[in-house]
Amino acid sequence: MPKVESLNITIRPLLTALISSFLLFACGETNPINTEKTGLIYCSEGNPSTFNPQLATSGTTADASSYQIYDRLLEFDPETNKIVPGLASHWQVSKDGLTYTFTLRKEVHFHSTQFFKPTREFNADDVIFSMDRWRNWDHPYHDVSGGNYPYFASLELDNLIDAIYRVDSHKIKITLSKPDSSFLANLATDFAIVLSAEYGDFLLNKGTPELIDEHPIGTGPFQFIHHQKDRYIRYKKNANYWRDIPLVDQLIFDITPLSSLRLAKLMTGECDVLSLPAHSELEIIRERENLILDEKPGLNVGFWAFNTSRAPFDNIEVRKALAMAIDKSALVEAVYFGSAVKANGIVPPSSWAHQSDLQGTSYNPILAKELLKKNGIEDGFTLDIWAMPVERTYNPNAVMMAGLMQGFLKDVGVNVNIVSFEWNSFRRRLAEGNYDSILIGWSADNGDPDNFYRPLLSCPSIDSGTNRAKWCSPQFDELINEALTYSDERTRVALYQSANAIIADQIPLVPIAHAYRYQAYRSNVNDLVINPFGGIRFGGVYKQ
Amino acid sequence: MITYILRRLNLLLLTLLILALASYWLVHAFPGDPVANLSGVSFITAEQKAYLDQYYHTDKSFLNQFIRYLELLWLGDWGKSFVSGQPLVDEIATFLPASIELGTYALILSLLFGIPLGFWAGIKHGKVSDYSILSFSLLGYSVPVFWLALLLILFFSLQLGWLPISGRISLLYDIPQETGFIVYDILASNIENKYEALVNAASHMLLPTISISIVTSTIIMKMTRHSVIEVLSSDYIRAAYAKGLTSRQVLLKHGLRNALLPIVPQVAMQFTTLLTNAMIVETIFSWPGVGNWLIQAIYQEDYPAIRAGMLAVSVLVVVFTVFIDLTHKVFDPKRMHHRRVKN
Repeated sequence: MPKVESLNITIRPLLTALISSFLLFACGETNPINTEKTGLIYCSEGNPSTFNPQLATSGTTADASSYQIYDRLLEFDPETNKIVPGLASHWQVSKDGLTYTFTLRKEVHFHSTQFFKPTREFNADDVIFSMDRWRNWDHPYHDVSGGNYPYFASLELDNLIDAIYRVDSHKIKITLSKPDSSFLANLATDFAIVLSAEYGDFLLNKGTPELIDEHPIGTGPFQFIHHQKDRYIRYKKNANYWRDIPLVDQLIFDITPLSSLRLAKLMTGECDVLSLPAHSELEIIRERENLILDEKPGLNVGFWAFNTSRAPFDNIEVRKALAMAIDKSALVEAVYFGSAVKANGIVPPSSWAHQSDLQGTSYNPILAKELLKKNGIEDGFTLDIWAMPVERTYNPNAVMMAGLMQGFLKDVGVNVNIVSFEWNSFRRRLAEGNYDSILIGWSADNGDPDNFYRPLLSCPSIDSGTNRAKWCSPQFDELINEALTYSDERTRVALYQSANAIIADQIPLVPIAHAYRYQAYRSNVNDLVINPFGGIRFGGVYKQ
Repeated sequence: MITYILRRLNLLLLTLLILALASYWLVHAFPGDPVANLSGVSFITAEQKAYLDQYYHTDKSFLNQFIRYLELLWLGDWGKSFVSGQPLVDEIATFLPASIELGTYALILSLLFGIPLGFWAGIKHGKVSDYSILSFSLLGYSVPVFWLALLLILFFSLQLGWLPISGRISLLYDIPQETGFIVYDILASNIENKYEALVNAASHMLLPTISISIVTSTIIMKMTRHSVIEVLSSDYIRAAYAKGLTSRQVLLKHGLRNALLPIVPQVAMQFTTLLTNAMIVETIFSWPGVGNWLIQAIYQEDYPAIRAGMLAVSVLVVVFTVFIDLTHKVFDPKRMHHRRVKN
């Protein structure tokens, strides 16, 4: 074999060049650069279905639009949970509780973007336009983008509001058909956003009204730029924002459905803020020095709803038997890793209307089996459990929970078929209503307990799609409607307790847990506050 | 020669036709209305149905339908995605360049590692360095790509925090898409901080490129080693030594070229392996390429996208393979050698 020492000369510089080029890349990354300092990346869990929160109740949609693009007449203070001024600088309520007068803020500008340049400032017409859109069935925008306003419809707010008057350019008067102690709270929710009437007219003239929800214009801290499905949403700072708060130049929602990947991105600094950290990952976040984990008791409930419009789930005893067949404590332990409390009713302990002496169904597989047999459910009966493919605060891992329930139900002779699709397909198919039962839940949109009862279990909310049990009890509806006519909390609590008794008796759904709310972010992010109701807010957040 | 080219092209056409047929079969094999699977319109009214039937000739014989399908494929009307509602040709044009780009960088990296190491092992045939390189190659060859990718992420990203793990560039850089090749797009854009953007893109590229290039590096290394051993034991090398040339002269003048030429087409063929590996790695690194896109499409039951995506990828692979085969034949060193002898 010939000698070839001299070849060393050709190979060595090549390898050196390669290695040094790696080092160059690695070093480049460790130096924080300007673009990365003035922009904030939020790793979100999914695509919003629209950029108009009036049209949806999903938290993902609210996160991407409510507090970024828009403002509301009123806001909740995330620290005190009190209602504070938003676009309305102050308001008055008449003694009979039927007339509300709002004075609107001046010098508020709508976003000026490539697709729309406003010619006037925000005024009363915009508020009337925004409310008439969901309230007034003849409104030219009512049927745009499907014409479903689930939140307002489930609370029957369109019937509650009698009329809206324009007093002058910055004052409006709203009259109600009956007193409703939750009205102001509803105006401060994620959904009660203010759209631009001028933009509405502009799009109507162009013949493309549906763009109002796809290329949104609002008065909020950030302007929408672009949404690339499954990848990202890009916003930029609204330089004319009326509130004097710090804003980052760029805000980006990096759409990352996989929870572990979101955490990994937070660790590598590819995201600054993380949506919905999985409960199994909380320890990892706590251990890392450059990450911060905030927590707050959440106003939410995770539950297992039966489709009561379908046999055999229209039978109360079958529902009761199935409820008894599962061990809730075990589910809470395994799925929430202890960061939740077991639920007996639908209202969580952090609400003033929580009933602490309420008894939930107890775990009793033997009785459950007997009860099933008595009602003609033989061994081998198959039940579909629909499990959400995404983590929600109220249920961090529905698929895993369904798997555990599969085991419990097998013990009473019931086979479980777990159904899960990609989130948007899931919601679409869910709306078709062909399910036996579903693991889902609810996060409150405002601090009022009515926000649990009416959207989840009232008759009108079947049509609006938030009543997953499709359960309707006129007696229950009467109680919760009566509760609204009182502003005294004690009277309301008494009425809600009677409503709780009906739920406990009929079991349209099995409440499972009330979870804590978590928020994780990198330590150079400042002033990010957990919003106890609904969407995340990036106005006022800055990086160091 | 011309007969050979014609034969190859014939085969190419036939393969493409079969691929098209297979993809057309998918239209019918997938659940749902074939017209919906063709057009990408998921909710079809009676009026639309009549129009679409006429457009796709679905009311006519199968042969007629298929010819119309080929015509539309050729015209670039591949239907729309169920999920995004965008024309599939546009979607594929967005995502395919990202996969090709990843494959290309990985190929370059594999060449940079594989050829020198293979050469070294070939020259040191039978010695310790040969065996150590060989055992390293066996290791590299047998490591599953996705597992390697995860290990790299674990160490370089999560442990050390040096390198990002997802995408092609930080989303904070808004690079307008021109060609879909990120490096070119950055250079062609008019953003202010091009250098930062390039560094950022490079740091995103590193781990995915390394994960897919390791397997290919080892293959190329083995091929080079084999070829070098063969060339070094040939008569003309011995003759060169006999003429009194130094080992360096022998290797550079006679060994290098003769050892490399026969492996060039084989190396080029590795591009298709790289592309398939790239598609796996894309899902791990959230690389916005066609593999990632296809997996999303499968998950979301986006039948038109699955059909068009599979067709696009398989056509790319087939065309590329035939192209390499033809160029190889045209520049066949053995043929050139014979001609020179005749002269």
